Amino acid sequence: MLFTFLPILSLTAFILIIIIIEAFVKNKDIVYHSTLVALICVGLTVIFNFNKNTDFLPDFISKMLVFGNLPSFFDLLFILSGLLIVYLTKGYLARLYSHLSEFYPLLLTSIFGMMLISHSKNLLVLFIGIEIMSICFYALSGFIRTDIKAIEASIKYFIIGSFATGFLLFGISFIYGATGSLDYQAIFQGVIYNQLTNNLYLLIGVSLLIIGLGFKLAVFPFHQWAPDVYTGAPTIVSGFMSTAGKAAGFIALISFVSRILMNIEYVHSSIQGNLINLQYIIAGIAALTMIIGNITALVQKNFKRMLAYSSIAHAGYMLMGVVAANYAGIKGIAFYLLAYTFMQIGAFVVAASLENDSSTEVSLIHFKGLAKKQPLLAALTSVMMFSLVGLPPFAGFFGKYLLFKSAIEGGFMWLTIVAIIASMISIYYYIRIIIEMYFSKEESAITVVNLNYNKVVLIFCTAAIIILGIFPNVILKLFN
Amino acid sequence: MNPLLITLLIPILGATFIQLLPRDKPKIIHRSALIFSVTAFLISLVLLFGFKTNIEQYQYYAYYPWISDLNAGFRIGIDGLSLMLVLLTTFIIPLAIWISSDSIKVNIRQYYSLILLLEFSIIGVFISLDLLLFYVFWELILIPMYFIIGIWGGKNKIYATVKFFIYTMVGSLIMIIGIIWLGHYVGTYIIHNSVGFTTSLVEIQRYANQIPINIQNILFWMFAISFLIKVPIFPLHTWLPDAHTEAPTAGSVILAGILLKMGTYGLIRFNLGILPQASLAFAPFIVSLGVVGIIYGGLLAMVQKDMKRLVAYSSVAHMGFIIIGIFSFTVIGMQGAIIQMINHGLSTGMLFIAVGFLYDQRHTRLTEDYGGIARLIPRFSVFFGLAVFASIGLPGLNGFVGEFMALYGTFSSPFLNNHTYAIVASLGVIIAAVYLLVMYKKAFFGKITNPDNNILKDINLKYGIIFVIITFFMFWIGLFPSHFLKFSETTTNKYINNIELIIDK
Repeated sequence: MLFTFLPILSLTAFILIIIIIEAFVKNKDIVYHSTLVALICVGLTVIFNFNKNTDFLPDFISKMLVFGNLPSFFDLLFILSGLLIVYLTKGYLARLYSHLSEFYPLLLTSIFGMMLISHSKNLLVLFIGIEIMSICFYALSGFIRTDIKAIEASIKYFIIGSFATGFLLFGISFIYGATGSLDYQAIFQGVIYNQLTNNLYLLIGVSLLIIGLGFKLAVFPFHQWAPDVYTGAPTIVSGFMSTAGKAAGFIALISFVSRILMNIEYVHSSIQGNLINLQYIIAGIAALTMIIGNITALVQKNFKRMLAYSSIAHAGYMLMGVVAANYAGIKGIAFYLLAYTFMQIGAFVVAASLENDSSTEVSLIHFKGLAKKQPLLAALTSVMMFSLVGLPPFAGFFGKYLLFKSAIEGGFMWLTIVAIIASMISIYYYIRIIIEMYFSKEESAITVVNLNYNKVVLIFCTAAIIILGIFPNVILKLFN
Repeated sequence: MNPLLITLLIPILGATFIQLLPRDKPKIIHRSALIFSVTAFLISLVLLFGFKTNIEQYQYYAYYPWISDLNAGFRIGIDGLSLMLVLLTTFIIPLAIWISSDSIKVNIRQYYSLILLLEFSIIGVFISLDLLLFYVFWELILIPMYFIIGIWGGKNKIYATVKFFIYTMVGSLIMIIGIIWLGHYVGTYIIHNSVGFTTSLVEIQRYANQIPINIQNILFWMFAISFLIKVPIFPLHTWLPDAHTEAPTAGSVILAGILLKMGTYGLIRFNLGILPQASLAFAPFIVSLGVVGIIYGGLLAMVQKDMKRLVAYSSVAHMGFIIIGIFSFTVIGMQGAIIQMINHGLSTGMLFIAVGFLYDQRHTRLTEDYGGIARLIPRFSVFFGLAVFASIGLPGLNGFVGEFMALYGTFSSPFLNNHTYAIVASLGVIIAAVYLLVMYKKAFFGKITNPDNNILKDINLKYGIIFVIITFFMFWIGLFPSHFLKFSETTTNKYINNIELIIDK
């Protein structure tokens, strides 16, 4: 019993310990190392929790939290993302800014929030989780206090984020009013037995909830904050927010919205009602997100901004899995998020390697002739870009394949075709980087930051992308 | 161990091995690339000798579980059609590698690795019996080809390689929906009657006849667009002249010699094999496009000043013959198409090697910069002439056999039931004679107009051997086509019988 609960419990303990260490110990390296150790320990407890029976949990846990392979997988994803980022801070923060160790407890706390989200079985827990995560993100994105851009990003994120919280909370209260419960299971049952699929208050509640989550996921039309925040925030923080943060948003969406849709469609397929039409609204959001994200990315000169818009587009692809409302969709999202985490962190590490100080804006011209100066970095960047395009045998391709498959199985052929068109648009801006690196005759004057930390993470991400691309079964079999 | 698997794996082993060699030893790198590719060729000969021509099923079949969740397996095997193309691949690649030592001077290690990676993925395309696996190999080709054109290409290489990449990728993105939809439809509605999914080609082929015609029609285009871009057929051909012209010689040889055949291979394997009703329905349209391509490609080739571009446009025309042969739905037409794939690989490959030979010495490809060079390099001129004649389709050489059979099949096809296609397409043969012979005459005969050409050296032993080998096969196919046709006969009969069965229904 305790063992099932151990990941969250141990993480809480570690956060407290690290805050204390941070306050009393002068040598900040200790904080760094203990954060790494903490994450590895929590990761191990999560790994041991795979394929464990969780039926006999006491009420005070099982009423609020859910356990199983899917939440554990997401936990692992957050921890992995956190581990890579923490590993990078050593080089990045030390180089760009005095080594402030508040970073580590903040990051751990945000992971704690994400883990609450992935285990939530109750809207209140979901809300608490989202808030814990978001508040840490506001602080992290403005972490470099002397950088005006980072402060702008932080404030912008804070205002928009608070706004989204309002929507979320308002939506939750409507759902509670309509169904009389905050527990997912009770809500689903209420919807089905009391024929609430046409209930106006429930519809308003779920729509507001989706809007609130939409802000967190940065999907169209709630995406405007993302490019500014990702560009302004410290590069590695952007990498963290756009991977782990996005994954947390998606597990929230999966565990609430796609379960509602799935329950209605599969268990009681005779039930009709407006609630099912939500599927079409999300499908529309997904389609617009992909198209607009990719078209806007096409015209960006700043590399981090381009990545931000491309991350919006990728959220659009992943929404296809929610729309499809089947297990294949959930599997697809989970796989894609893992692949995406490696690709996106890898791409942000590339950006970090080209940043000499926080005022450098990495743009496409900085990639000119990189293949001659830094053959390894150029090759690894190419793998990231090819994977982001969705070219086999890299992981990005299988993610897309699974998502397309789930959408077609869910009867959303048109959405798949939109996704294909969006992918076609995206080809150009990804391969443009490769053109600059390999085919350009000129060389940019930029000096590349040669940090072993960056190289290790890049090689790790590339290896993971290739292994996941050739043997996707390694991950897929977890969900059977 | 399965010789097919070994043939597939040797190039990728070679590519990895070359990466481990020291960067500053170009000769060793070149030789080891050559050794790996020749070994792959020798092992593919084992496939040839062990091949039973009278068996309809896929031979050397091997299955390894891959993604059990999606019922995608590592399924490989060959029939007569793929055997011919695998052999063409393993035959052309060593030649392409051998001639590369003259023109490739930078990043040698990456170059040979990429060529071997290309060979690996091409063989993979021809032997995959799983749609997902096929797609993975199909897309994997893009990466090495993209870099080969982009890094070692000519002046306009960036434009050419981006165009090539985007054209192919757009086609394949459409194909991937087709693959998923087909797998979903066959798996769910035909095999299981509940949620199911499969990408096994054998399984899909078995049930494919039951797919309703309106779905077949859509699926047909999802696959066909990708293949038709690759062939390429008018009006999707515009990437080809750029890519061929800008690629380094070996790249052009592989591109024209092998990569284009992936398109026609896909049309036979997937469009004809899985979606026969739709293929019948759209045959007149596709054959018309093929005929337009023959004439249009020929007319454009006539006005080209650049020899390499001329050969590139002649490819558009020659691939048109393959298309009309396939969509004639006759045994003779399809056999002609298959042998024409081999012929085009040989003759166009040789023409590209020859133009590359001139370019390496004079750094120009314009016909007008040469003139009368037959006096300076007589032996080269003889071989160039042979390649020109084979390309035109002179009886006794290989081109004649393929073009004649494809035209005859189209002419006599009961399904097309229209002689106009064949009659118009035959004009293409005349046009081919015009542009190739005019170019040959201008560049090789008459007075030596440009004194710069005096530096030209005649072929050395290496080029002599390469040209003799290719010419030998040109004559062999031209004089005894049945030696080659017998391998693909059973496969062709299978496909045509399948189509005839549908008509009888």
